[in-house]
Amino acid sequence: MATRLQFENNCEVGVFSKLTNKYCLVAIGGSESFYSVFESELADVIPVVKTSISGTRIVGRMCAGNKNGLLLPHTTTDQELQHMRNCLPDDVVVQRVEERLSALGNCISCNDHVALTHPDLDRETEELIADVLGVEVFRQTIAGNILVGSYCVFSNRGGMVHPHTSIEDLDELSTLLQVPLVAGTVNRGSEVIAGGMTVNDWTAFCGADTTATELSVIESVFKLREAQPTAIVDEMRRSLIDTYV
Amino acid sequence: MAVNPSNQPSAGMFFPTQTPGTVLCCTCGVPMAPNPANMCVRCLRLRVDITEGLPRQATVNFCPDCSSYLQPPNKWMRFNLESQELLHFLVKRLHTRFSRLVTVCHAEFIFTEPHSKRLKIRLRVRREVLNGAVLEQPHIVEFVVHDKLCTPCSRLQANPDQWVAAVQLRQHVTHRRTFLFLEQLILRHGAATRAVRIAAAPHGLDFFFASRSHANRLVDFLNSVAPIHFRTDKQLVSHDEKSSVYNYKHTFSVEISPICREDLICLPPKVARSLGNLGPLVICTKVSNSIILMDPFTLRVAYINATQYWSDPFRPLLSSRQLVEYSILDIELESDIVTVAGSRYQLASVEVARMSDFSNIFRVKTHIGHLLNVGDNALGYDLFGANTNDMEMDKYKGLVLPECLLVKKSYEETRAKRRGKQRNFKLKRLEVEVDATNGRKGEEDKKNDEYRKFLEELEENPELRFNISLYKNENYEPSEMGSSMADVDETPSVPVEELVADLEDLDITDDQD
Repeated sequence: MATRLQFENNCEVGVFSKLTNKYCLVAIGGSESFYSVFESELADVIPVVKTSISGTRIVGRMCAGNKNGLLLPHTTTDQELQHMRNCLPDDVVVQRVEERLSALGNCISCNDHVALTHPDLDRETEELIADVLGVEVFRQTIAGNILVGSYCVFSNRGGMVHPHTSIEDLDELSTLLQVPLVAGTVNRGSEVIAGGMTVNDWTAFCGADTTATELSVIESVFKLREAQPTAIVDEMRRSLIDTYV
Repeated sequence: MAVNPSNQPSAGMFFPTQTPGTVLCCTCGVPMAPNPANMCVRCLRLRVDITEGLPRQATVNFCPDCSSYLQPPNKWMRFNLESQELLHFLVKRLHTRFSRLVTVCHAEFIFTEPHSKRLKIRLRVRREVLNGAVLEQPHIVEFVVHDKLCTPCSRLQANPDQWVAAVQLRQHVTHRRTFLFLEQLILRHGAATRAVRIAAAPHGLDFFFASRSHANRLVDFLNSVAPIHFRTDKQLVSHDEKSSVYNYKHTFSVEISPICREDLICLPPKVARSLGNLGPLVICTKVSNSIILMDPFTLRVAYINATQYWSDPFRPLLSSRQLVEYSILDIELESDIVTVAGSRYQLASVEVARMSDFSNIFRVKTHIGHLLNVGDNALGYDLFGANTNDMEMDKYKGLVLPECLLVKKSYEETRAKRRGKQRNFKLKRLEVEVDATNGRKGEEDKKNDEYRKFLEELEENPELRFNISLYKNENYEPSEMGSSMADVDETPSVPVEELVADLEDLDITDDQD
């Protein structure tokens, strides 16, 4: 089920949060409204962790992770690292990466099986990704943009890419990732998909500007309509939240 | 893969075809090709109106008298309705308010009734919206035309005879030959085209202009064709204290020297000495911006330019009005034909008698021997019978005057036959307002007589015709001249090669195929 929300009046939800199948990282906002939406959706299922990375609130774009592990940039402080190690489940490996490109969320886009990375990533980092996250790594560009982590989002069920991606590219990526892909937009025509939304296998969170068309596309490609978290079987989900006052 | 599509194909690299996919419009869900705004055109147009903030109405000022439009602050330009220049002008008027918002890529007129005082144009404007999408939209602007008299027209309406500069041209002689000739010169060179009014005055002409520079132009032209001296004055009409703008009326008082062609002059001793002791009796042979004087006995010429003349002015002794007709009784050539200052002369000694009085026979020297034969008539100055009152002549002690000085050949007899018949050329005239106060009966006849003499002079003298435009006379019938071909003595006439077709008489019509 897709939810629409805002972080301090900003619709770029994917910048301030990171959602995987095992955990969720959320930025520390002035009011608790952002955190409470995640909590109400996910509290019983997965841990929702409030954190910062290297003192910033843009946690979604600084780290990359899936159910197997979490990669953090070298600028992460020790306290933050420790905090996250404490809060996350034990089977999630939290690892700090020495990499020149420190916004790992913009450079790496992954689900539980495959990862797409920035073409200029270090060889060691690539090996680390394959190791920690347990995925197959492919260097790619999306519609000519090298920041794959910003312009595409995929889960184990489906994915969405930059709207200007050509059909050939779409087919090729789909073959690589083994999931159905669609070219679309989020937040009323914004092309930065991963900045505007964050998704896992059963739920998605989008910016409040997302139109009904975009939302229906997201729900159909990520197969969220009939999705239920495995732990909760019979609970009804609330319908779309429009705004929080 | 996923190569950058902006790379140029080079060195055999393989670039697979890139087909753009379809995306759903984020607002309305209709499938469309992706664009920078990721919205279909309809949704874009709904959301964004690029003509917002653009003016839909504007005003222009139009002068109904001279049908020109005002370009502020004070430039008036003539345009036809629905012309390219008018379109350009209107778009330029809007340009400052448009340019920071949109660019105009096309403009055209929408028809409005000419009397509606509205001008409508349709512009296509273009602007970039929402991260890079360029939107184009038509936009209609209506111009309200306000009537306003432009400054020159309002001045004209307030006082139609208003002039700012005047040139008063005078020559203190008893005939108007100079002015007839000057009139033709002015017409040919267009020196008085900007004159508001031309009026005749005693001993001259007045030209009125709307600006000082036009008057100056005429004065400069006169300076180059006649020996003049002038002075200029101005009179304050009004002045604006705040901006220190003074409006004047300027007048140029121009005087032409009284020496004319064929005048007999007795030079004052000082002038004669400065010209190298030129014999005190000289004939003026040519007047342009300098005066050419010739001693008829020695065939020596001297040039006096305007400044030289006016520093020491002198008046003629006898002028061409006082020419008397003589009959040649005998001629004896004394020298060969010589060319002096562009004209041919031959010294001869002749025996002449006045046509009116054959009792007195004079034996004199003359310089036009090459023109005269026995039995011809010639025009000359009768110094024997003349009573001259010249102060300068008295200064010469022991000056012997010849009894008669022949000047030119006379064509009176043959001309008398041709009188009343058309000439093969005609002249244009200036539009001169005649001064009605001096309307004496004899004036009309005198004027016609002078004009006829002027035309005859033109016929005789090819060098006079040099700077004048002679137009072909359509009504001239050369067949009538057949009868007088038997005449041995041909009267001078203008050869056909010198005549110019008068364009105003031609009937030029458009050929419609």
